[in-house]
Amino acid sequence: MTKFFQRRTRIAMDRAKKKKSPFLYKSYSSKPKHKRIRKRKAQERRFKNMGFIAIVISSLFLASLLWNVFMTGKSAFMEAQILLPVKFDSALVESEDYRDIVHNSLMGLFPDVVKRSNKRALFSMVSRNTHNELQSYIEENPQFIGTTQDVWVAASSAVSVFYKRHLYEQAERGGKIVPAEAAWITELARAGRMELKFNAMFFKNGDSREAEQAGILASTIGSFFTILVCIVMAFPLGVATAIYLEEFAKKNWFTDFIEININNLAAVPSIIFGLLGLSIYLNLFGLPRSSALVGGMVLALLILPVIVIATRNSLRAVPPSIRYAAAALGATPTQVVFHHTLIYALPGIMTGVILSIARAFGETAPLLMIGMVAFIADIPKTILGPATTLPVQVYLWSNNPELGFVEKTAAAIMVLLVLMILINLLAIYIRKKYEIKW
Amino acid sequence: MTKKKAVSNDNIRMRTQGLSVFYNEAQALFDVDLDIRANTVTALIGPSGCGKSTFMRCLNRMNDYVEGCRVTGKVRLDGFNIYKDSVDTILLRQKVGMVFQKPNPFPKSIYENVAYGPKIHHLVNNKDELDALVEKTLKRVGLWDEVYDRLLAPGTSLSGGQQQRLCIARAIATKPEVVLMDEPCSALDPIATARIEELIAELEKKFTIVIITHSMQQAQRVSSHTAFFHLGRIIEAGETKKIFTEPEHKKTRAYIAGKFG
Repeated sequence: MTKFFQRRTRIAMDRAKKKKSPFLYKSYSSKPKHKRIRKRKAQERRFKNMGFIAIVISSLFLASLLWNVFMTGKSAFMEAQILLPVKFDSALVESEDYRDIVHNSLMGLFPDVVKRSNKRALFSMVSRNTHNELQSYIEENPQFIGTTQDVWVAASSAVSVFYKRHLYEQAERGGKIVPAEAAWITELARAGRMELKFNAMFFKNGDSREAEQAGILASTIGSFFTILVCIVMAFPLGVATAIYLEEFAKKNWFTDFIEININNLAAVPSIIFGLLGLSIYLNLFGLPRSSALVGGMVLALLILPVIVIATRNSLRAVPPSIRYAAAALGATPTQVVFHHTLIYALPGIMTGVILSIARAFGETAPLLMIGMVAFIADIPKTILGPATTLPVQVYLWSNNPELGFVEKTAAAIMVLLVLMILINLLAIYIRKKYEIKW
Repeated sequence: MTKKKAVSNDNIRMRTQGLSVFYNEAQALFDVDLDIRANTVTALIGPSGCGKSTFMRCLNRMNDYVEGCRVTGKVRLDGFNIYKDSVDTILLRQKVGMVFQKPNPFPKSIYENVAYGPKIHHLVNNKDELDALVEKTLKRVGLWDEVYDRLLAPGTSLSGGQQQRLCIARAIATKPEVVLMDEPCSALDPIATARIEELIAELEKKFTIVIITHSMQQAQRVSSHTAFFHLGRIIEAGETKKIFTEPEHKKTRAYIAGKFG
């Protein structure tokens, strides 16, 4: 089959050559006219190639960035866990000395550790939060009191990182691990008592001082609340402003002035809006500091001009003939807008709004100004409580040099990117589905 | 092509008196007096930029939407001056419908296109009446047989000629007295044009029609009265037959002979 087509193509090419078609580049002679054509074609080709090269270069940059983030962050989704034979001594459970239970269990695994400093190293093998987990474990299963149970507990971040690096054959860059610990890890791994498991804590926890405990749930919920406030405030305000300016306002110096100001606002650096929020919302109105409410209100200010501009553009894209048609039927100006113009402009408006929300979602600087940069370990319950957002969480973690946090940072960036891509896909979907072609 | 209606009555539906229109400083119409008879087709002819469209937009006050437009003089519909402040343009435009040069159906369903006018003017009481009205109107413009099985398809999915008939249906669905048509066939092929012309002849029985056209043949075919505009003035107005066979003014003669315009 392929041969058949190859042959047909060759025959066609031969025919074209024989005819010396003026549209075939090869048949150009050195006549001035042909030279001109050749030059023109070369110009065309040069321009095309330049564009292609530009795309390739930017794709390479993007790909290397994404690759870097992915390679750093992928390990954060797995964590090392230790299968600990825990002896739930009834006396210790009674007195709630779970820390001792953890220590005893570790001592049970490695009975030959006697030196005090070595003991401390041994106890730091597991997460510092382990005793809390054991407590909740025993509260759920009281029948285990007085027995010995094998329990998977999270290893400390340093051990986890070392183990992961070890798996990836980079043992020489282990981080804060003493030789004794390395030996224990090897031993545990050989005994099948250390494994990499899916890091559910990363998606279930808030921020933590311990890298192995730190998660993104609190900041994601914070982001969600912030964006909710932002939409509720910016969408009606922005769309109403745009409708008024575009459809009802008389064109005079005042509306021109407003328009210039709106366009300028869209270009104001975002941190300025943070300062504005700080001085107006926090200092003047006394709204709760570092809350999702204030964060959302600041972001609403930030995207308001963008929404106004996007809405005006899509209203302008509705042909005037449609407005005339509705008006000639006897529709009032308000009816013309709400029955026709706005409806037909809605897909464009939605696209603009979603894209500006994506921008607000990724915004960090203004939120730093209003104190959303706080350490938030608890999941925010209301929009009034202290909260932080995903990009701010990335910023916070990126300041922490601990290896466990480095991978968390990259992992949080990955989650952020995925959410961004989803938002943009939604915008594209809406545009493609509901777009009206005139 | 169509039967010319003899002018049996002097039944005037619309009348303009000393109508002048200014766009900012420039004057577009100069003291135009014209009578539009009920249940006839009145054609407005003249070269581009002569003020035909401006004149037509005065008849349903669509000029209100043109920035910087100022109208003086009187336009009477059944004797009432529609440029009085007390006139409600909403009701006026229900009585004076309009069809535009380029078919401009709403990007809604065919049904919605026709039903929109009656809905906003509350001409129907319930869904059944609305359905009946839509069907009747679509039948009147001869579109029913072509679209009855896809009433919910978007109006923009129809062909150009069908779209223009849909726009006519939309205009007459509000039960107007006068229908204004601004070059309704200029974007259509000859077959679609012929259909529209048949339709106009049919509608003439029920409505008063004012039509702008650049086609002399069309003016002769569809209209019983003609007004010739030139540079913002009416040069000659009267029965179509007379204007085209023995025009009084030499500009009219030159224009209909295709010497300018």
